[in-house]
Amino acid sequence: MGEKKKKIVKTIKVDVDKCNGCRACEVICSAFHATPKYSSNNPARSRIRVIHDPLKDVYVPVYAGEYTAAECNGRDKYTIDGKEYDECAFCRASCPSRDLFKEPDSGLPLKCDMCEDDPPQKEPLCVQWCITDALTYEEREEEVEEEVEREEMEIGVESLANKFGLQKLMDTVARMSMKG
Amino acid sequence: MRYAETGFNLEIDLSRGNIERVATDPRDTELYLGGLGTNAKILWDRVPPEVEPFSPDNLLIFATGLLCGTPATGCNRTIVSTISPQTLLMAYSMMGGFWAPELKYAGYDKVIFRGKSPNLVYLWINNDKVEIRDASHLQGKGAVETAELIKEELKEPKAQVAAIGLAGENRVYTASIEQGRSSASRLGIGAVMGDKGLKAIAVRGTKDVNIARPAEYLELCNEVLEYIKDREDKPVPGVMPILAGLGSPKEMAVHDEKWHTENFMWGNSRTRRKGFWNEEIEKAWTETLENVRTRLISCYNCPMKCGAIISVPGISTYMMKCFSKLTYTMAAFSDLDFGFKIAQRATEYGVDGFSTPQIMAFGFELYEAGILTDEDFAGCPSDNEGKFYWLLDRIVRREGIGDVLANGTYWAAQQIGKGAEAYAHNNIKKHEQLPLKLSMLNPVYFLMYATGEKVNITQIEGSFPQAPFATMEEREDFVKDWIQVPDEKFKQYLLDWEFRGENSNPYYPTVEMSCEIVDWQEMMHYIDDALGMCAGLSSFPLKPPYHIHNFPTLISSGAGIDMDEAGLTQVYRRNRNLVRAINVRRGLRRKDEKPPEDHWKKRFPELETQLLDAYYKFKGWNNQGIPTKESLHELALDYVSEDFLQRGILTDNEGTPSKETSVETEKK
Repeated sequence: MGEKKKKIVKTIKVDVDKCNGCRACEVICSAFHATPKYSSNNPARSRIRVIHDPLKDVYVPVYAGEYTAAECNGRDKYTIDGKEYDECAFCRASCPSRDLFKEPDSGLPLKCDMCEDDPPQKEPLCVQWCITDALTYEEREEEVEEEVEREEMEIGVESLANKFGLQKLMDTVARMSMKG
Repeated sequence: MRYAETGFNLEIDLSRGNIERVATDPRDTELYLGGLGTNAKILWDRVPPEVEPFSPDNLLIFATGLLCGTPATGCNRTIVSTISPQTLLMAYSMMGGFWAPELKYAGYDKVIFRGKSPNLVYLWINNDKVEIRDASHLQGKGAVETAELIKEELKEPKAQVAAIGLAGENRVYTASIEQGRSSASRLGIGAVMGDKGLKAIAVRGTKDVNIARPAEYLELCNEVLEYIKDREDKPVPGVMPILAGLGSPKEMAVHDEKWHTENFMWGNSRTRRKGFWNEEIEKAWTETLENVRTRLISCYNCPMKCGAIISVPGISTYMMKCFSKLTYTMAAFSDLDFGFKIAQRATEYGVDGFSTPQIMAFGFELYEAGILTDEDFAGCPSDNEGKFYWLLDRIVRREGIGDVLANGTYWAAQQIGKGAEAYAHNNIKKHEQLPLKLSMLNPVYFLMYATGEKVNITQIEGSFPQAPFATMEEREDFVKDWIQVPDEKFKQYLLDWEFRGENSNPYYPTVEMSCEIVDWQEMMHYIDDALGMCAGLSSFPLKPPYHIHNFPTLISSGAGIDMDEAGLTQVYRRNRNLVRAINVRRGLRRKDEKPPEDHWKKRFPELETQLLDAYYKFKGWNNQGIPTKESLHELALDYVSEDFLQRGILTDNEGTPSKETSVETEKK
């Protein structure tokens, strides 16, 4: 058993009903992440995008999550209150299935870092610039059990032992080592 | 490196199908900034006064403002400039929305069209790839519909599209250019686009817009945002609700329409309906709005929710902003439900929501007066609402009497004759004005109506309150945090302004004060229009976040141009005079500068003459409203005075009155 440790969970709460589609979040995100800071802006580089289709009343701010090398088998499509959202509208991944969250020049994936800064920002910039409150920020503390991280091989060997029995596993290893 | 701007324009020759990317001169940015300023320079240089609006030699310029696409809140306007088929003068209608920033991200400051395409086409700008594409399959399609179809066929949902509807294709003088939630509507620029065979411009950009001094610029932007938040919590007391806050009037949000319905005129800008508003109507109209309005929406990078998505059951969804909500309703003496329904069709057709309803009401008035006949209205349904749909269809298709009315009330009246001219009573410079008729002449408004180059009052007013406050306490309260004034004296003007007595309209504000107030209001609009800043956060509302004291730093830190208040004032004056010069060269003179006769019940001819005399002098113009050689020299506009001298518009002897002309005679 590992020991209990406190961890901060950072959350951007998205209220799609309050989004007015102005994309200020995209402007300030891309400006903040420019080098030098604020020296340029370009929504195509933003780590938050408003997925929108005004005539269908669809406005979903989505901020970039993990890069994924492969797209999903099958896509998701949601209908909420009679409104049909685009495929993958709520997904945060930088994924081969779409051009979202990729550097326009290099295609390298973009990921939200919650505007890590020194000194720290009081809130991610997109939240600060969303004065219609479609985006709000929340931090909460969670207690997590910190386990000693095990090596990959140990995990693998353990699963083999669980499956075949430790004795059989040891016999096999011995036989393999004799063969050289 | 160029900052805030890209330093490149697109030059599109539609006759030859030629596309060029042209570097611009950074000295022009220093002299005129961008947007309206540099548009005016191009029109002056390249469109001589002989060029008719529907000539291939007329230019149609889609421009971003200098600071569009930077993080400055609300800086998103597209400034479209050309020669208007209605006024035969320069037109510079503008639209918010998302188009201008997208063009910047694609790497261009302006798109300049010349020539005419033999077939209907649209332009597709995708960063460095620019192509003229066939649009024959889009012929007759609605403006909103066209945008959707183009995004679909390009497989680019993120493209921003500005398009015309059938009205533009048919060169209706009130044709607009529509762009999602916004439109550039006034003065028939959509007709020029249609004349050029250009159905739409789609743009997608993924490049950076650079800032000269980033930290300083962002600090200013943050201050502006903080001010907006603060100001939203503190509406100005003692003024009508739509003037209390920021943004363009929040017509999509408010239910209380007592002020508009009882003070603006109904029908052909004739009938005032005092006592119209009651509980029953308020309840019905509130229900109507609540039922069709799906969401309040904004333009690019702006928290003000001035627009709305409108979904009337049974007809396709569209977007609306500002006052079109009531213009059709009031022109037809109908209700809000009708207003929303017909506005949907009008938006797809792409017509100006101010002029078009008035033109229709004018048509029916002529019919009632027997000037137009049953023959003109053959096939017209008899029910009130049906009549308006019918006439809208005729105008947009230019069928029968619609072909005449499609030229607006001024030209239609000329063509119809038989006394029809008296019914086109609400025009300035041939352009339909707000349906507003008042009692006592307001000297400030007199000057703005008479001399505004925008030919459209709501686009030039704003910084100074429209009416005095009733009590000294209210006035003192108002001026105490009035940081926007260019000079402290304006506070005193307001403090001393009374409803009655010596210090009231029409003799107060005095002639001199009126000149100064109008000049200040104009200055803020000209700066906005060069920067691409929305008037709703700057020149239009009371106590806005942007003003003459913070603009210079915004410009210098954003665009890297040395700028202070004196320098910015000089740029304003240069742009103001250049726009005037274009119109003077096209024949604009003093006699064109008059508000409708019935705009105020109480008129003061002597005072009005004094006001105009003084204002011209204040501006450095002669008594015909023509900028003098000396004042042009001061503004580094010597090339204008040289041209004026050559054409005999100015003479070397300032005392000699200039050649008498008028725009009137210029129409072929």
